Amino acid sequence: MASSNSLMYSLFQRSLEDLIKGIRLQLHGDSSFISKSLDEIRREIKLTDLSTKSIALQKLSYLAALHGVDMSWAAFHAVEVVSSSRFGDKRIGYHAIAQSFNDQTPVLLLITNQLRKDLNSSNEYEVSLALECLSRVGTDDLARDLTSEVFTLLGSSKAFVRKKAIGVVLRVFDKYPDAVKVCFKRLVENLESSDQHILSAVVGVFCELTTKDPRSYLPLAPEFYKILVDSRNTWVLIKVLKVFAKLASIEPRLAKKVADPICEHMRRNVGKSLLFECIRTVVSGLSDQETALKLAVAKIRDFLVDDDPNLKYLGLHALSIVAPKHLWAVLENKEAVVKALSDEDPNVKLEALHLLMAMVNEDNVSEISRILMNYALKSGPLFCNEVIGSVLLACSRNSYEIVVDFDWYLSLLGEMARIPHCQRGQEIGHQLIDIGMRVKDARPELVRISRALLIDPALLGNQSLHPILSAAAWASGEYVEFSKTSYDIAEALLQPRTSLLPPSIRAIYIHSTFKVLVFSLKAYFSAQESTSSPLVEESTSSVSSPENAFTYKSISSLVNMIELGLCSLSGTLDVEVQERAKNVLGFTGMIKHKIAEEVTAQGSEIEASRAVAFMEDVFSEELCPVSATAQEKFPLPDGLELKENLEDLQEICGEFLKPVVESNSNLFSSSEKISFSVARLRISDQQEASSSSSHPPESASLLAEHRKRHGMYYLSSQKSDDHNDSNGNNNTLNEYPPANEISADSFNPKKKMNQSKPRPVVVKLDEGDDFKMKPDASSNDEPLSRAIQTALMGKGKEKEREKDNHERSLDPGIKEQSSRKEKKTKKKNGEKSSKHRSRRRSDKDAIAAKPVEIVDFLL
Amino acid sequence: MIKAVMMMNTQGKPRLAKFYDYTPVEKQQELIRGVFSVLCSRPENVSNFLEIDSLFGPDSRLVYKHYATLYFVLVFDGSENELAMLDLIQVLVETLDKCFSNVCELDIVFNYSKMHAVLDEIVFGGQVLETSSAEVMKAVEEISKLEAASNSISLVPKSVSGWRGR
Repeated sequence: MASSNSLMYSLFQRSLEDLIKGIRLQLHGDSSFISKSLDEIRREIKLTDLSTKSIALQKLSYLAALHGVDMSWAAFHAVEVVSSSRFGDKRIGYHAIAQSFNDQTPVLLLITNQLRKDLNSSNEYEVSLALECLSRVGTDDLARDLTSEVFTLLGSSKAFVRKKAIGVVLRVFDKYPDAVKVCFKRLVENLESSDQHILSAVVGVFCELTTKDPRSYLPLAPEFYKILVDSRNTWVLIKVLKVFAKLASIEPRLAKKVADPICEHMRRNVGKSLLFECIRTVVSGLSDQETALKLAVAKIRDFLVDDDPNLKYLGLHALSIVAPKHLWAVLENKEAVVKALSDEDPNVKLEALHLLMAMVNEDNVSEISRILMNYALKSGPLFCNEVIGSVLLACSRNSYEIVVDFDWYLSLLGEMARIPHCQRGQEIGHQLIDIGMRVKDARPELVRISRALLIDPALLGNQSLHPILSAAAWASGEYVEFSKTSYDIAEALLQPRTSLLPPSIRAIYIHSTFKVLVFSLKAYFSAQESTSSPLVEESTSSVSSPENAFTYKSISSLVNMIELGLCSLSGTLDVEVQERAKNVLGFTGMIKHKIAEEVTAQGSEIEASRAVAFMEDVFSEELCPVSATAQEKFPLPDGLELKENLEDLQEICGEFLKPVVESNSNLFSSSEKISFSVARLRISDQQEASSSSSHPPESASLLAEHRKRHGMYYLSSQKSDDHNDSNGNNNTLNEYPPANEISADSFNPKKKMNQSKPRPVVVKLDEGDDFKMKPDASSNDEPLSRAIQTALMGKGKEKEREKDNHERSLDPGIKEQSSRKEKKTKKKNGEKSSKHRSRRRSDKDAIAAKPVEIVDFLL
Repeated sequence: MIKAVMMMNTQGKPRLAKFYDYTPVEKQQELIRGVFSVLCSRPENVSNFLEIDSLFGPDSRLVYKHYATLYFVLVFDGSENELAMLDLIQVLVETLDKCFSNVCELDIVFNYSKMHAVLDEIVFGGQVLETSSAEVMKAVEEISKLEAASNSISLVPKSVSGWRGR
C-alpha cells in the first residue's frame, strides 16, 4: 500500500511550474495554498525516489527564496539530493545547500566527501557546482579538508574552472588561514595570466584581501603595477585601482609611483566607471599628488555638470572625499554644489548638503546658513530636517567653534523653530540651554528670543517642538535678570494655552514663573530700600534696569496674575505640576500679605525682604555645563561598591525595574560626589584632569546612560540636588562645579583679531572622551596576515628562523610541499635568481621592514 | 563583494532574491520589503544609487535599475564600483534577453532554475566572475543540456506534469 502511495505521489507530483501557476491563481492571498503545498512537499521529500525528492526540494527552495518559507528542516534531504548521479538533481541539491545552510547546520559535515568527489569530477559543470557551494557555505572544517582539491583546481587548464577556483580561495583563506601556505603561490602566479577572466577573478580576490589587511600585500605592488600599466580591461583596472588605494594609504611612496599611470588612464577616453574609480583613488589616497589631484578635480567638474544624475551624485560624493584635505576643490565648485541643493534627486541634495557643511567656517557660516534656511523652508519635511540637523551639528561642533556672533546664532535657532516642518526640537532646545550656560554675553538675547518663542502660538501646537518651549521657559526664568520686562515673561509663562503642554514641561514653566517672581520682588525691595534709606548702597548683584523698576502697583499686579494663573493648577492630577504650583502659591500667599502690610507699617518690610532675599539666594547660584566625563575625574572612594549593590538590586527587582535602578544609582553617585568633592576639589582637580585613566567605568557609563535618558531635564534636576546640599553660603559662584572646570582654552587665544565684534567667551570643558580606545581592527585577521606574510617572504629570499619555528610549532600537521621545499632550497642557495631578489628584508621586524622591501620598485 | 541580488516587480513582489551571506528567511523578507519601500518612493529620472546602511549595515551601497515592471537591485560594499555595478545589471538584463528572447516578467517568474543558472555564472559567491553575456550563455546552455540529458534517463516521464496541468 505504501509503495503504491509513493508511486502515486511520484506520478502525480506537481512540478515547480505547477506550483508557481497555482500560486498565481490564488486571488485572495496565497498563504493557505502555500501551506497546502508545503504539506505536499513534506510528503514527497521523504520518498526514496531521488527525482521526486529533488523536485520537492526545488519547490521548497523556491518558496523559501520568494515566500519566506523556512527550509532549514530539509537540510538532510538536500544532502541526499546532492548525492544523486544526475546533474539536474545535483544542481537542485547544491542550490538548496548554498541557500539554507550556515555554520551551525548540523549535517554540514556530511557533504565533505560529496564536495570532494565533485571537485575531482571530470565534468567541469559539476566541479563548478561544488565550488559555488563551497564559496557560499565553506566552514573552517570544509576549507581545511578541501584545500588540496582547491589547490589542484587553481592549476586547471580550463579557464571556466580555474576562475571559480580562484574565487573560492577567498572563502578558504578566510576560514582556514593555513591554506595560504598551499595555495598562495598559485594564486599569485595567476596575476600574470593573459586570460582576462582569470585575471579579473584573481585581482578581485586580491582586492578583497587587501581591504582587510593592506600591509601584507605590499610586496606584490610590482605585479599590480604591471597590470595597472598594461591592462585595458575596465573590470580588472577598477579592482587594481582599489588595491592601490589601500596600499598607497600605508605606503605614501607608492602614491607617487602610481599617480602617472592613473593620470594616463584618466586622459584616455575610458568608460565612466573606470574614470570614476581613478578619480576616487586620487582623491582618497593620492591627494598629495598635485597634478593627479588637479586632473581629478577637473574630471569631477565634468561629472557635476553632466545631465546624468548618477554622475552628478558621484561627482559630489568624490568632492566630499577630497573636502577635508583640499577644501579649494569644493570652493571651486561652490556654484554647482549650491545648485545641486535644489535637485529633484534626494541623493544629490543630501550629498550637496554634506559638502556645504564641509565648507562652513566662521566667515561664511551666516551666509551658508541663510542659503540653507531658505532651502529648508522650501523643501519637504525629510530634507528640511536634514538641513536643520546639519546646520545645528556644524554650528555646535567643538563648543560652537565657528559661531562668533551668538546673537545671530540664537536668532537663527529661533528661526529654525518656526520652520513649519521642523522636527529637531530636541536639539534646538538643548542648544538654547547649552548656549545660555556657556556664553554669558548671549544671555540677554537668549531671554529675548525665549520670550518670543514662548508667545509664538505655532510652537505650542507642534509636539516635536515642545522641547524648545521647555528650554525657552527655563532660560527665561533662569536669566530673567537680563530681561527688560519681567512682567511680560511671567505673562508668557502663564498664558492659558500652556495647558496644551505635557505636565513635565508645565512644571518647568511654573518653576520659571517662580524665579521671575522672586527676581521681581527682589528688585522691588531693593528699590524700596534705596529710596527709604539712601545711605544703603545696592548690595546685591542684581542689575535691575529702569524698565524693571517696580512700584507697589505693578508688583502686586504681577503677584495677582501669578496667583490667578496658578490657582487652577493646584488641583491638577499631575503631582509634579501640582506641587510646584502649590509651592509658588504658598510663597505668593505669604509675600502678598507682607507687601500689603508694608505699605502701612514699615516694620514688616524687613521680614518680607528677608524672605525674598532667602529665595533669591536659592536661585542665585549659576548653573554651568557639566562635562560628560565629569564623573570619571573622581576616584571611587573606599567602601563605595557601586556595582555590587546594583547587582543585588537587579536581582531583586528583575528586568522590568531597570530604569529605576539606573536613576537610583545616579542619585547615589551625585550626592557622593558632592560630599567628597569639597575636600578633594582643590588638590586633585589638576592632576585628575591630566591623568583620568583610572576612573571607574561603570559609574561613568551609568551617568552617561542617565544623561541620555533624561535629556535636558538633567540640568535642572542637577540643580535641585545641589540646592539640597549647599549650606546657604553660595555666593561664591565660581566654586560651584567641582567637575565643571573651565579649561584654559575657553578663552580661545587663536581668535582672529579683525572682527568688528569680539567673540564672547564660550565655556568649554575638557571633554576627555578619547579615553575610549577603539578595538584593534587588525587583530581579527592576524592568522591570515601572518600566513600571507610568511608566504610572501618565501617568494624571494631566506626565511627568518624565528618565524619559521613559530610556524612549525603552530601547525606541525600540514607539511606544505611547494612553499616549504622552496624555502629549504633557498636557505642552501642563499639567494635564488628571481625578480624579487632585491627585496631583502631585515631579520628583525617584518612590519618595519616592509617599505624597504619594495624600495627599488619605488625609485 | 556583492551582498545581495534582488528582482522585484513594481508591486513589491519578489521575483528573485539571492543573499551571498547567510540570511535567515524572515530577515530576507524584511530586507526585500525594506528595499522596495525605498525604491517605490523614488521618482523617475533620478540617480540609481541608494544609501542603504540602515538595512544592510555600514559600508553598503545599493544600485537599482527600473525596467518595465521590474526593479533589478544589487547590494554591495566598498570594494565594488557603483557605475560598474550598474553595468553589471545591464549585463544581466542583456543575458536574460538573449536567454528568453525579449525577456519579460513572466519569463522570470516561471524560470526559477534558469535565472539562478544565469546569475551564478555572473556572480560567484559575491564576486563578479563573468561580465560577457556570450560566455554566460555558453555555460547556461551547457547546463540546460546536461539537465535535459539526465532527465531523459529518468524512469518517470516528466511529461506527466504537463499532462496533469491540462
